[in-house]
Amino acid sequence: MSRVLMKGNEAIGAAAIKAGCRYFFGYPITPQSELPEYMSKALPEAGGIFLQAESEIAAINMVYGAAGAGARVMTGSSSPGISLKQEGITYCAGAELPCVIVNVMRGGPGLGSIQPGQADYFQSTRGGGNGDYRTIVYAPASIQETVDYVMEAFDKADIYRMPVLILADGMIGQMMEAVEIKEPNKIDLPEKDWATVGTKGKRKPNIINSLYLDSEKLEQHNANLQKKYNKIEATEVQYEAFGLEDAEVVCVAYGTTSRIVKNAIKHCNDNGIKVGMIRPITLWPYPYDVFKSINPKAKGILTVEMSAGQMIDDVRIAIEGRLPIYFNGRCGGMIPTPASIVEDIKKIAGGK
Amino acid sequence: MSIVYERSKGLTDKDTHYCPGCTHGIIHKLVAETLVELNVLDDAIGIAPVGCSVLAYEYFNCDMQEAAHGRAPAVATGIKRCRPQNIVFTYQGDGDLASIGTAEIIHAAHRGEKITTIFVNNAIYGMTGGQMAPTTLVGQKATTAPFGRSEELSGKPIKMAELLATIDGANFIERVAVNSPANIRKAKKAITKAFKCQIEGKGFSLVEVLSTCPTNWGYSPVKSLRWLEDNMIPYYPLQNFRNFEEV
Repeated sequence: MSRVLMKGNEAIGAAAIKAGCRYFFGYPITPQSELPEYMSKALPEAGGIFLQAESEIAAINMVYGAAGAGARVMTGSSSPGISLKQEGITYCAGAELPCVIVNVMRGGPGLGSIQPGQADYFQSTRGGGNGDYRTIVYAPASIQETVDYVMEAFDKADIYRMPVLILADGMIGQMMEAVEIKEPNKIDLPEKDWATVGTKGKRKPNIINSLYLDSEKLEQHNANLQKKYNKIEATEVQYEAFGLEDAEVVCVAYGTTSRIVKNAIKHCNDNGIKVGMIRPITLWPYPYDVFKSINPKAKGILTVEMSAGQMIDDVRIAIEGRLPIYFNGRCGGMIPTPASIVEDIKKIAGGK
Repeated sequence: MSIVYERSKGLTDKDTHYCPGCTHGIIHKLVAETLVELNVLDDAIGIAPVGCSVLAYEYFNCDMQEAAHGRAPAVATGIKRCRPQNIVFTYQGDGDLASIGTAEIIHAAHRGEKITTIFVNNAIYGMTGGQMAPTTLVGQKATTAPFGRSEELSGKPIKMAELLATIDGANFIERVAVNSPANIRKAKKAITKAFKCQIEGKGFSLVEVLSTCPTNWGYSPVKSLRWLEDNMIPYYPLQNFRNFEEV
């Protein structure tokens, strides 16, 4: 397929259908509403079902039911709506149900704004719901990357039997870029012999459940989940990095913010300041190890986010006190400017 | 020698955790027998609630999903939309369905989801220790209504069958009780019709079953059955509210 010009939210829908998703349960919220709108037309054409739920809570619980019945299923929302879905997400994690959840982030807290934001990092990577669970979190920086990771997300969800998050921001959702919706990778996925599809009188009942009243059994269930998460941390980390070994300053940013930072870095490199970059693509698992490649004589790290500073916690964990860490962040739909980032880089490089 | 009675194949062999005198066991049996008699047990997918019947997934001998509190109708919707060929039912208590899950049950009915809901109303939160439910009668004592339910504070108890019967998508709504052999027989008939409503693709079906909670009401099982008859049935009349067969 050749490249076509698509709005981010619609491209997410097209990629999901290409990946075999045939069920979408959603609820309108800006700035992701084009996703349910697209699915309401495209899914019936693809032989699937789009259903507008009565609430975000109902939508994620419909996802739970469909995933438990073995379907490839998705829901999408934006920040306050994702807060409402947290109950269902932890149930999906606890019952080990594969599903894909898209968060087109806006400014917060509370009702916040409808402008782009990155303030749901804690919620996405620390578990917005109750209990010891994780979700794989992809943070794409372009619409092409978004469609590629939406497709990958369905496979990872099936392989690991867990919810996978696509953490986009309002810019990804609303802007148009040329994209190619590629053919899905052909990989062997595990059979869903655990799904509730009716026993047909041929086997014992399958049960989808996250309740373990026996403490020892619940601890064992948690241990099994942690084993799975440890494997993901060892094998599923994805990032982009450059210029770390001889960097005077290293910038860390993800999503659309990383594109602004790249402009600033180019300006600095053109003007004789060596600036490297780490762009996490998976926010969980986080690419901690790549930070070890940073020049130990660098002057400092600059973390840039559309938040009051959330990913900076992971940068601190990764740096382990070796280098000073600085922050440039804007909130509420305001966007960091290349000029302010250049200014910060110059200050750090100059030891100020 | 011939077998005159045996445990329904719709139930597993597991002993239930229900308190002595609780009527959940009777209602489980009626649902299980119905699934077997209508020959749909092998295609059935049940959804257990949060509350006393939270472990129903261990008792029904069919595929089961355990839902979050009140969300069973949404979970059932997700299943039924993917697998219209299966028979999907929810089994919910009054805290689950009539309080935290009102949005989910009303909209499942409103969409005319082809699912069946067994709604067990015992006028109290049983599992958490006898707190007031939206269905608790005025004056009835509960651990969060130690002086009895106050109408001024909490309003009158909610009548879910009547409420749901106003919705066009709800094609079978009936309230029954399991306090006597005669009423149990009527309950079985209603449950059978509710599943037939789904099998025939007619839309949403619900049976509200008035039930007892001797432990939290503080009465003996026998007195509880009498209390149900004397207090609940006058407020919650036993009748059919919508019947797809008569549409």
